[in-house]
Amino acid sequence: MTNTIKKTIAAILVLSTLLCVCACSASDDKTVRVYNWGDYIDDTVIAQFEDETGYKVIYEKFDTNETMYAKIANGNTNYDVLVPSDYMIQRLIAEDMLQKIDFANVPNFANVGDDYKGISYDPNDEYSVPYMWGTLGILYNKTMVDEEVDSWEMLWNEKYKERIFMLDSSRDSICAALSLLGYSINTTDEKELAEAKQKLIDQIPLVGGYLVDDIKDKMIGGEGALCIAWAGDAEYCMSQNKDLEYIIPKEGSNIFFDSMCIPKTAKNKAGAEAFINFMCKPEISAKNAEYIGYSTPIPAARELMGEKGQSKAAYPDVSKYELEIFSDAGDANRLYDQIWTEVLASIDN
Amino acid sequence: MEKTAGKRTVHSSQRQGAAKFLALPLIIWLAVFVIVPLFLVCCYGFTAEGADGTLHFSFENFARFTEPIYVKIMVRSLKIALISTVICLVLGYPAAYIMSRSSSKIRTLIILLILMPMWMNFMLRIHAWLTLLENGGLINTLLAAMGLEKVEFLGSEGAVVLGMVYNFLPFMIMSIYMVLLKLDNSLLEAAYDLGATPVQRFIKIIIPFSVPGILSGISMVFVPSVTTFAISQYFSNGTVRLIGDTIEKQFGAANNWNFGAAISIVVMVIVMLSMFAINKVDDGDIGERKMII
Repeated sequence: MTNTIKKTIAAILVLSTLLCVCACSASDDKTVRVYNWGDYIDDTVIAQFEDETGYKVIYEKFDTNETMYAKIANGNTNYDVLVPSDYMIQRLIAEDMLQKIDFANVPNFANVGDDYKGISYDPNDEYSVPYMWGTLGILYNKTMVDEEVDSWEMLWNEKYKERIFMLDSSRDSICAALSLLGYSINTTDEKELAEAKQKLIDQIPLVGGYLVDDIKDKMIGGEGALCIAWAGDAEYCMSQNKDLEYIIPKEGSNIFFDSMCIPKTAKNKAGAEAFINFMCKPEISAKNAEYIGYSTPIPAARELMGEKGQSKAAYPDVSKYELEIFSDAGDANRLYDQIWTEVLASIDN
Repeated sequence: MEKTAGKRTVHSSQRQGAAKFLALPLIIWLAVFVIVPLFLVCCYGFTAEGADGTLHFSFENFARFTEPIYVKIMVRSLKIALISTVICLVLGYPAAYIMSRSSSKIRTLIILLILMPMWMNFMLRIHAWLTLLENGGLINTLLAAMGLEKVEFLGSEGAVVLGMVYNFLPFMIMSIYMVLLKLDNSLLEAAYDLGATPVQRFIKIIIPFSVPGILSGISMVFVPSVTTFAISQYFSNGTVRLIGDTIEKQFGAANNWNFGAAISIVVMVIVMLSMFAINKVDDGDIGERKMII
């Protein structure tokens, strides 16, 4: 009697474990799995999409392109929509990890401005649809920094020791060092990269923290005087703290495009295309851009935003600056990763 | 009499059979989720990707770990873990002792207070601390309101130690408390009768008796302290890099699983060796109980 009960319990335990495993991998046509940057959407937009289309969205976030790539490249993931940046899209295409989008299902692609179509990472607009764009620059607190900020040099200024915050993102932080040294931000030259690495190691004593999304809190809270920032994050911080200002350094910087694409491993291509199409609606894109601070590639959306659509930080006159787009470093990717690992490892308090 | 004995034998063998059967899920669980992953970690650690993208057997990941920057991180991690463990012991022992000596009502209350925070999510607790300690946080706002200078709490090794002590102290207290609870009062009474002073009783009876608790407390605090990454990342704004952070980076942004796995193996060996050293202290007549790593 007791034996039977025990056996039954044991059997149930085993079965439920197995069921758990099965249930987790189950998916249906009504689910869209989206893998996007953290703090990169107005959550109400997701609910709106679910209401209008009947799809259910499973939404996950990453903090850097590299983290996303590591997960996609190694794991058995089944995301339907990814939102990587330009150079990462180029890499994913080169490594045959993306599938072509059926643009017949994305009629709203017509809303995207011509400036944001046919860019080098996806020259024929086959794999990606722009979600947001922006520049990389310096966000600083006017009450703490009384001199003119126009150069990357400011992030190496001893006066602001431990009040400088850097992005824990390899390409972006290395970009600042490369620009300052006068090298291309896409260099694969080992000597130039070694110099950039040394520059970043020299900077360590001045840096108050290496963070990603948490930098925003530090700047809004007045803890940081200067930081390297994406324009959209800067725009958001400036809306929360009026003492903050954003500039693009004179040495030049990076312009980036975060675009939606569909990985080869997607389970629900139709759902993914519906999601992408929805995000290209002017009113939706405007809602997102207003909420997150990044720049919409959809002119009609920008018009809907009124004053916010005219912000100098989010919509600079790009012809005035030396802006370069990141390209996939190819074989040098390992070098970039290694440099960043070693810079972080050299931090010695 | 004989009949009963026979019956008992049958009964216990039946029980053993059932026990074996019941252990099966655990064995499967361990095999799938402990042994296989461990094997995979070794596979990654001892291989490296060649120029053509193929994997080959190699020690190069371990060789890379011997570079000074990584050795330094390892030493720093061990140092911070050691400091945290000592502080936990110094704070935890008296707490455990007082608890074991108090009335059951007070005891229940103290246990509740110690354990209650642990019912909350770990990340939530870390963020609560940040809200307190940040430059614009509660404590500093209060200090500023009182006209005092702000204190920089976060961003140093001290802050990381604070985070670790806060998070792991309950493990130390509970380990020691569980042992002290079993201390037979008659032992102390006997010592008293034989003229032992309170200090003598503490040193000669209570401390030796609690050694197993101290040792298990040490391993409960030391092991997670060596390998944590969330605490160091948040309490230092990413400026105190520990070995856990380095491993996490290799499996994330740096995308070098082979190197990450190699570091994990080295850390595992170091932790095992230190646990082995601690166990050595534990043998002899006091330690009937073997340590659980």
